[in-house]
Amino acid sequence: MRPALIATALMFAATPGLADEPGPGGSKPPVPKTGAEVYRMYCQACHMPDAKGAVGAAAFPALAANPRLGSPQYAMFVVENGKAGMPPFKTALTPEQEAMLITYLRTHFGNDYREPVSVADVEAMRKAAP
Amino acid sequence: MGSGQQTPTRRQLLNAIGLMGGTAALYQMMTTFGHAAETRFDGPPNLSGARKGASVIVLGAGLAGMLAAYELEKAGYKVRILEYQNRPGGRNWSLYGGDTYTEMGGATQHVKFAKGNYLNPGPWRIPHHHRTLLHYCKAFGVALEPFIQFNHNAYVHTTEAFGGAPQRFRSLAADFEGNVAELLGKAVDQKALDTRLTPEDVDRLKEALRSWGMLDENMRYTKGLRSSSHRGFDLPPGGGVNGAPKPSDLFPFDEVLKSGVWAQMAFFMNDEFQTTMFQPVGGMGKIGEGFGRKVGHLITYNAKVTKLHQDRSGVTVSYTDVAKGGAAVEAKADYCVCTIPLSVLSQIENNLSEKKNAAIQAVPYSGQVKIGLEMRRRFWEEDADIYGGHSFTNQQIGLVSYPNNNFFQDGPAVLLGAFASGAGGFNLAGMTPEERIEVALKEGSVFHPESYRKEFLSGASVAWSRVPWAMGCCARWNEQTRRDHYQELVALEDRVVLAGEHASYVGCWMEGSLLSALDAITRLHKRALEA
Repeated sequence: MRPALIATALMFAATPGLADEPGPGGSKPPVPKTGAEVYRMYCQACHMPDAKGAVGAAAFPALAANPRLGSPQYAMFVVENGKAGMPPFKTALTPEQEAMLITYLRTHFGNDYREPVSVADVEAMRKAAP
Repeated sequence: MGSGQQTPTRRQLLNAIGLMGGTAALYQMMTTFGHAAETRFDGPPNLSGARKGASVIVLGAGLAGMLAAYELEKAGYKVRILEYQNRPGGRNWSLYGGDTYTEMGGATQHVKFAKGNYLNPGPWRIPHHHRTLLHYCKAFGVALEPFIQFNHNAYVHTTEAFGGAPQRFRSLAADFEGNVAELLGKAVDQKALDTRLTPEDVDRLKEALRSWGMLDENMRYTKGLRSSSHRGFDLPPGGGVNGAPKPSDLFPFDEVLKSGVWAQMAFFMNDEFQTTMFQPVGGMGKIGEGFGRKVGHLITYNAKVTKLHQDRSGVTVSYTDVAKGGAAVEAKADYCVCTIPLSVLSQIENNLSEKKNAAIQAVPYSGQVKIGLEMRRRFWEEDADIYGGHSFTNQQIGLVSYPNNNFFQDGPAVLLGAFASGAGGFNLAGMTPEERIEVALKEGSVFHPESYRKEFLSGASVAWSRVPWAMGCCARWNEQTRRDHYQELVALEDRVVLAGEHASYVGCWMEGSLLSALDAITRLHKRALEA
């Protein structure tokens, strides 16, 4: 909690012209402990509980049966850096959480890529593209 | 400056400077005087003299698009607006009883609030220095009332302090200031500041600390009537026989520090969050309606833009009718003001330059969640003496915010049961509307445990990640993306210019979208006249 609080304070100090934010408290949501929990907490807001995405004025892509998940590097890169409107999750997720998430995505929702993504893989990616 | 002196008045001086150096010099001088310091707005653009027959197509009937259309039509352009929704206003929006809202993924909510009650899913408060917005609200007949931003008597809750018990802001803030004053006083006495301060400054500082921190004659922050007059009394002053007040106990300072109240104190000092703030009477959506009254005749609703193409002869926009279906149709104009959020625009086929598209792709969007809870009665007023303002928590909901209007009324009222952002925002957005309400009731009960569930009638939620026409709340720039992409994003490219909160440094505020629109059309008009 403490690092999060301090990080929040620093962010506010460094950012003139704040967006209309809820307030300064910083929230303390549950900490996801499995790939499924990470998905539920961060991903299904846009990609939906069935991972099939959704369509509005534009679309959120399906992660279900998505051949791009065949490349763990691609999945890690997008999760860490975001893509267009999708925010980056590098700071939100620990390497453990990210590894669990991508392993989960690669083996669920009609994806069948058995090779797990390890913490070392995520750390290597973070080192390569900080 | 007394009368009869030969010194010019400030107004005379300003006039003289204005005459000599023009508006830029006048603006600079006014800033020096402390006027005009917080806004870039010095009146409507007063564009005029458009070339005969020149046309502009505006994409998006949010505030940026509608202001652009309004001012361009006044300047003589033939203007048309394409809007994805079936209403004007964009993210300026209120949900009322009887409204139906379907989010991406298909969940549909039927809002059941009593007549006159509402949830503002997007913008909900207006700083007093957002003068562009205030100007057009007045010009378009949108009545404003105070928004109670700062309420000393609301609560601060964190799971990290006081065993999770919420405390009144005023008590925490008073104890924080009192303890800081006492500690700084001790530092002064220990000569820790002597190299920085003259003896006279030291005296002034000590008097300031005593008076600001409510310290006693020994420069100590102690339980007593002085400290209680800031933090609240155990028994407040009354009349007659038992009228004497009883002071309250001070909180342990380590708990005060853990409460993080200093973050709330700093929050209220931020210039976007200082009082006085305003809200439209009857819901934030009244602003969009007000703009809509001026430009509604220009808007084609239910138009989903699928392609944006420009060449030497003009701009062609393809769109489909999302209500009736059918093949895409084309609309043509000489110029285009595109206010579509980048979260959507980044997926629309276009022939803008590679650099422009890189900028459009570079900005992620936030995903806040707002939840309105209608309660049978105003227990926060009746039982807790809270009239407007916010109770903050470090739970996912972020805060509970109390209605700023209809004080003391009987009957149902809607409070804001969540303004969640970050991880909490994503988590709530991923839930069903029913699950979100349950979390809001559970977490909000920490402030009003006796009444919160008991008085609950119905709720409505908007998760901005799933809003079909925005697909996110606001553009989130950082220093790097500003440096790499901002100028490219706002640059007029041949016949097309982008506008909206994402094309401003006042991101996520209505003022930003309006300032962006005025800047964009001023440049566009100049280009059109030079063509």
